[in-house]
Amino acid sequence: MRLRMPFGRKHELPSHLWTQCPNCGEMLFNKQLARNLNVCTKCEHHFKIGARERIELLVDRGSFAERDATLVSGDPLAFTDSKAYPARIAASQAKTGERDAVITGDATIGGTPVSLAVMDFEFMGGSMGGVVGEKIARAAERALAERRALVVVAASGGARMQEGTIALMQLAKTVAAITRLGDARLPFVSVLTDPTTGGVLASFASLGDLVLAEPGALIGFSGARVTSETIGEKLPKGFQRAEFLLEHGFVDQVVPRAQLRERLAFFLAALHAPARAIRWGL
Amino acid sequence: MGMLERVLGTRPAQPNGHHPLDGGGLIVDVGRLAERRGTAWDAVRLARNQQRPHALELIGAVFERFQELHGDRGYRDDPAIVGGIAELDGRPLVVVAEQKGASTEENIARNFGMPYPEGYRKAIRLYRLAERFRLPVVTLIDTPGAYPGPEAEERGQGEAIAKSIQVMCGLTTPIVAVVIGEGGSGGALALGVGDVVLMLQNAVYSVISPEGCAAILWRSAAESERAAKAMRLSAPDLLELGIVDGLVPEPEGGAHVDHASTAAGLRTAIVAQLERLARVPTADLVAARYERFRAIGVFVDPGAAAAERARPWWRRALARFGR
Repeated sequence: MRLRMPFGRKHELPSHLWTQCPNCGEMLFNKQLARNLNVCTKCEHHFKIGARERIELLVDRGSFAERDATLVSGDPLAFTDSKAYPARIAASQAKTGERDAVITGDATIGGTPVSLAVMDFEFMGGSMGGVVGEKIARAAERALAERRALVVVAASGGARMQEGTIALMQLAKTVAAITRLGDARLPFVSVLTDPTTGGVLASFASLGDLVLAEPGALIGFSGARVTSETIGEKLPKGFQRAEFLLEHGFVDQVVPRAQLRERLAFFLAALHAPARAIRWGL
Repeated sequence: MGMLERVLGTRPAQPNGHHPLDGGGLIVDVGRLAERRGTAWDAVRLARNQQRPHALELIGAVFERFQELHGDRGYRDDPAIVGGIAELDGRPLVVVAEQKGASTEENIARNFGMPYPEGYRKAIRLYRLAERFRLPVVTLIDTPGAYPGPEAEERGQGEAIAKSIQVMCGLTTPIVAVVIGEGGSGGALALGVGDVVLMLQNAVYSVISPEGCAAILWRSAAESERAAKAMRLSAPDLLELGIVDGLVPEPEGGAHVDHASTAAGLRTAIVAQLERLARVPTADLVAARYERFRAIGVFVDPGAAAAERARPWWRRALARFGR
């Protein structure tokens, strides 16, 4: 990795030890970065993290039990672009060690029992196909059946094109499943991370009773290039970032990563009430 | 016969060959289409044909006494979404549709059938109106997609689509959704969560446009035809995949050749479906709608298969007898 130094000298810093912050340019020692939850120590830029790491950060220690771990994608359209869909799946599986783009299971957060779904952007851009749709629907159905709160952490480029209109239908399937929780007075907290776009934003991710977002997360329905082409202009700075959505009324809070577990614990304790009416002991 | 079968009418054909979903001239068997079936790109071009009958014209031909209702009660009246109260043989209902134009001028006025968030919020208002007064809902879907511009993003395009899908999911009144032209992804699905989902024979329904798909996966918009074929977005494809329940036949050459005949076929189909759905108890209707969408999705569960093999032989045998 080349670091631009004054007086034109160039230094090589080994990239397995150092990361350059894309926001402020600071060179970050990886061990320190990891200890800071993969948040830049200088400017607070939130790096993307994987689903397993995210789960560790959120749940009460040792409380996570994975469910539906064995589901893998089929190839309903026999889809091939420059590569066959099954080959792309296999490559992503090898790269990430996961079977698809979401991990689901049971846990407690601050003592509240939750059904948890965490998406992983590294797996085919977090795209939602039949497996993601099925696992999220099952996570919501478990929440209903076992009276758990539902927490879904989104990270996605949108629907999985290789599954065509079947992927589109996952929007309806996931929304139908999470919608049943409201009547049962079970809370659904949606956490939007970088990026949360397309069909995922246009379905369950937008429908939390509470919607929390990470600082600087890209959150938008259409891609920025498409959006800017429709008006033939560059987009304003900060467009489609979490703070922009907060201003425009679509996010309840922007929560720094280090505070997310505590914040979730607070909200879940407030909203999740086993079978009691108004909880003030009146 | 299970509840889902009753609602979808997917009981196998009766001895006289009559299929319940057939009542209404619907094509439910793709085999019947073999000779007439064109390529995916043919379908895309036909679905986008500017002279195809659009929503307001079909509403006028299919229904009587249509009164258009305007506004989302929050921001604006979006001309890309039209809706209101109409009658079908004297019986009132609510219709919600996406409206394209038949000329460039009209298209500009209708934003080419690409709704803003306020369009979907108008749709939501109309679904709720139907539900409150126990009127069935018919939707006509025809959009290249939800408008992707910056003001649409500012006003929450993702949230508006999600909310529209959500309200349809739980609506306690029958819904018949028909893709009459282009079913452009989430912007189409926002009107598409029906108890029954039909398509005009040459309509298309996709998660992304072929051009968008080609640009991303083939890195060249010139590959749009190949992308269209790979995506299986034509009406017969979607019938085969179980995503839509039946196709409304179009005249030879396409709907643009004969508007009146297209409208007549659409009317027959809608009447038959509404009459069938009106007889289903509300709780069953909502539950069956959930199951209909719940069942769509292809995945492999090796875990389930392994767990099945691990069960004792006698338990597996009993399971085959439904115990």
